[in-house]
Amino acid sequence: MATKLLRMEHVNKSFPGVVALNDVEFSLEAGSIHALLGENGAGKSTLIKVLTGVEKMDGGEVYLDGNEIHVTSPFDAQKKGISTVYQEVNLCPDLSVAENIFIGREPKKHGHIDWKKINEDSKELIKEFDLNLDVTKKLGAFPVAVQQMIAIARAVDIKAKILILDEPTSSLSQAEVEKLFDIMRELKKRGLGIVFVTHFLDQVYEVTDTITVLRNGGYVGTYKTDELEKPALIGKMLGKDFDSLAEISVTQREAGENPEKFIDVENAGTAKIKNVSFSLNKGEVSGLSGLLGSGRTETARLLFGADKMTEGHIKIHDKNVSIKNPLDAIRCDIAFCSENRKTEGIIGELSIMDNIIIALQAKRGLMHVVSKKEAAEIADKYIKELNIKTPSRDQKIKNLSGGNQQKVLLARWLATDPELLIMDEPTRGIDIGAKAEIQRIVVDLAKTGMSCLFISSELEEMQRCCNTMYVLRDKKIVDKLSGDNITEANIMKSIAGEGEN
Amino acid sequence: MMKKLTIGNVSLLIAICLFIAMFVGGSIKYDRFGSVSTIFNLFNDNAYLIIVATGMTFVLLTGGIDISVASNLAFTCVLSAFLLDKRWSALVVIPLVLFIGTFAGFLMGYCIQVFKIQPFIITLAGLFFLRGMCAVVSTVSIPINNAFYKSLALSKISFQIGGSRAKLYYYVFIALAVVLIAWFVLKYTKFGRYVYAVGSNEVSAELMGIDVKKVKIAVYAISGFSASLGGFVFSLYTLAGYSLQNMGLELDAISSAVIGGTLLTGGVGTVIGSMFGVLIQGIIQTIVTYQNLNTWWTKVTIAALLCFFIVIQRIIAIRAEKKKA
Ligand SMILES: Nc1ncnc2c1ncn2[C@@H]1O[C@H](COP(=O)(O)OP(=O)(O)OP(=O)(O)O)[C@@H](O)[C@H]1O
Ligand SMILES: [Mg+2]
Repeated sequence: MATKLLRMEHVNKSFPGVVALNDVEFSLEAGSIHALLGENGAGKSTLIKVLTGVEKMDGGEVYLDGNEIHVTSPFDAQKKGISTVYQEVNLCPDLSVAENIFIGREPKKHGHIDWKKINEDSKELIKEFDLNLDVTKKLGAFPVAVQQMIAIARAVDIKAKILILDEPTSSLSQAEVEKLFDIMRELKKRGLGIVFVTHFLDQVYEVTDTITVLRNGGYVGTYKTDELEKPALIGKMLGKDFDSLAEISVTQREAGENPEKFIDVENAGTAKIKNVSFSLNKGEVSGLSGLLGSGRTETARLLFGADKMTEGHIKIHDKNVSIKNPLDAIRCDIAFCSENRKTEGIIGELSIMDNIIIALQAKRGLMHVVSKKEAAEIADKYIKELNIKTPSRDQKIKNLSGGNQQKVLLARWLATDPELLIMDEPTRGIDIGAKAEIQRIVVDLAKTGMSCLFISSELEEMQRCCNTMYVLRDKKIVDKLSGDNITEANIMKSIAGEGEN
Repeated sequence: MMKKLTIGNVSLLIAICLFIAMFVGGSIKYDRFGSVSTIFNLFNDNAYLIIVATGMTFVLLTGGIDISVASNLAFTCVLSAFLLDKRWSALVVIPLVLFIGTFAGFLMGYCIQVFKIQPFIITLAGLFFLRGMCAVVSTVSIPINNAFYKSLALSKISFQIGGSRAKLYYYVFIALAVVLIAWFVLKYTKFGRYVYAVGSNEVSAELMGIDVKKVKIAVYAISGFSASLGGFVFSLYTLAGYSLQNMGLELDAISSAVIGGTLLTGGVGTVIGSMFGVLIQGIIQTIVTYQNLNTWWTKVTIAALLCFFIVIQRIIAIRAEKKKA
């Protein structure tokens, strides 16, 4: 049996009103990949944070190579050989890509930072990740996926014994995930212990050796990956059997006998995307698929007025409307749940309740204040419906786990009772139970006559929810699939551009 | 390789260009404006502000603010004048006042960091306290007669160019050295890069293993140090200490940094930019003097020109950003 690289025992951690970790144990072997799984709010990120000194633990012991250690800060953790990519991309947008990779351990020459070496080395390093970009450019100029890869590159390069990846794959495309897995396997060969948090169970079975499951802050168990079947795993995570995924695919696709058009986009364009034409029907879920950078988000932002429309028309119920900014869109009963929850979504210092009603308030205008009572009702309703894990509606949103923040954002837009709901990666970082719940809500809403535009990188869930599907490639809509033609094979085919002349 | 263009960079470039444009414009309009001596005088008259603005830039880069610098500077002047008047040796007084200024900055930074109080509030308290201490030391202006100060204040290089004499006082070199060192520190030392990282995203910086606390306390200490060094230079400039000196100077320092391309939200900016910010304000002042306006019109004109300048700068910067995208 391999040596225990890391052992954590009897770990406890409470936040006001929440027991995040209750007598949890965890142990990691050198040269292995260890999945840390659980529902949203189960305590995965908290376990990582107490290990790396971001949060202080209330009680428990940590042993590294058999010796007890007390990690006092993230810096200390790095020095002890624990390298971490935290759940949200945590880099500095104003610094260059190269600098983000090297900050904290810059190479020096004659007592000052050797910029040339930093730039050259980081260029080399990101090549391993198949990234080819100008490393002297500011990090903030790149899309989230690239930033995520750079955060990983940074962590990998630190000479570490333990590599911790907290949901690194949530914003990556398939190809990037494969690349990451190759690198993880390579590091495993070199004897690193890797902790991997994810909500994608397929990925768990693809790369990991061992699984530890947490539920509600408690330790459920540790298992060999190839001895634990997927249904059993889900059962352990949720604490009950899980079959609602099966239900949802049946309820789907009956909608819309004679659909009424809601919105019509004709040759519209912004600075980032040109010549967009499509229409969405009431009572239908439409999907946008395509690779990262194919123009999915740009299309959504165009509809919502987040990017200025420079050409074309938008018609709602056959009437021309002008959507110049998000407020116009909200007033036209359009809602947009952005993929970028950290920068375009949550308002960290406000409570869950305030975060939920903020869009509704904007829609009604400042003269019609949402009363405290109504706000509380709305908030409680969604906390229950979406199963948001929190001690109360007055909790600051920044204190929620990543997945629960995402649910609050979704609630914000559902609360505006829109006619068109645009969701850009709404299930990112959300656990499998809640994912099914959200899919069901979307389908149910569509049944009541709402139209939904659904963007997701997971073809499986798209296939399950959508009535129609637009496929984008290189910022152009290249295909429209509907009904039973929406299959993974068909979507892949049009994404790749096969079957065309 | 193409040089990268960022917000800071574009603003810096524009600041330099506008400075040159103003200088050229002034030279065309007024006799004797377009000379080396005008430029030298800009440095002579603003050396202390350049130093203060440099220190301020560190604080602004972390996303903080320090409005106590003017009081800190005044206190340094008054205290040194007072002690020199009591026949203390200059070699004791100078390190002492520099230490006090730095320590005041450190203390404010410590409170901001440890008690998590808004920097504006703490440094406002510092502003009142230090200004009050000036009056405690002396309410009347104290002249400085110390021989060392006097000789330092009056030594200069001067040479004949064309028809006029241009002089550059030695203390200008202190300011230039400060800018140069600060530039090096910000660009080529770990500490300097941490300053940018903290301003860019504090939480991330912490998670990347940066000791955010130390960095944030240090920038206030640096600001305090440069305020008192600015005070030393200012006492050479006026050879007196007076408790009501330089009211509102903190705003000059902040606006200089902003003109030079520093963002108040932190993470973006350079000390070279801040120096040009000071020079631009200086040249606006010179133009106003050439125009022979009374003092209140000076203020109004400076305000108008500043507005104009900042708007122009933003327009150009936004254009540049757009083009890039
Ligand atoms: N700073 C904090 N203050 C209060 N509560 C917190 C804080 N951080 C985390 N929590 C709570 O601790 C619990 C565990 O959160 P944690 O982030 O560890 O969940 P997670 O398993 O990582 O979930 P996810 O899959 O959504 O990322 C949650 O209920 C969360 O609300
Ligand atoms: Mg988490």
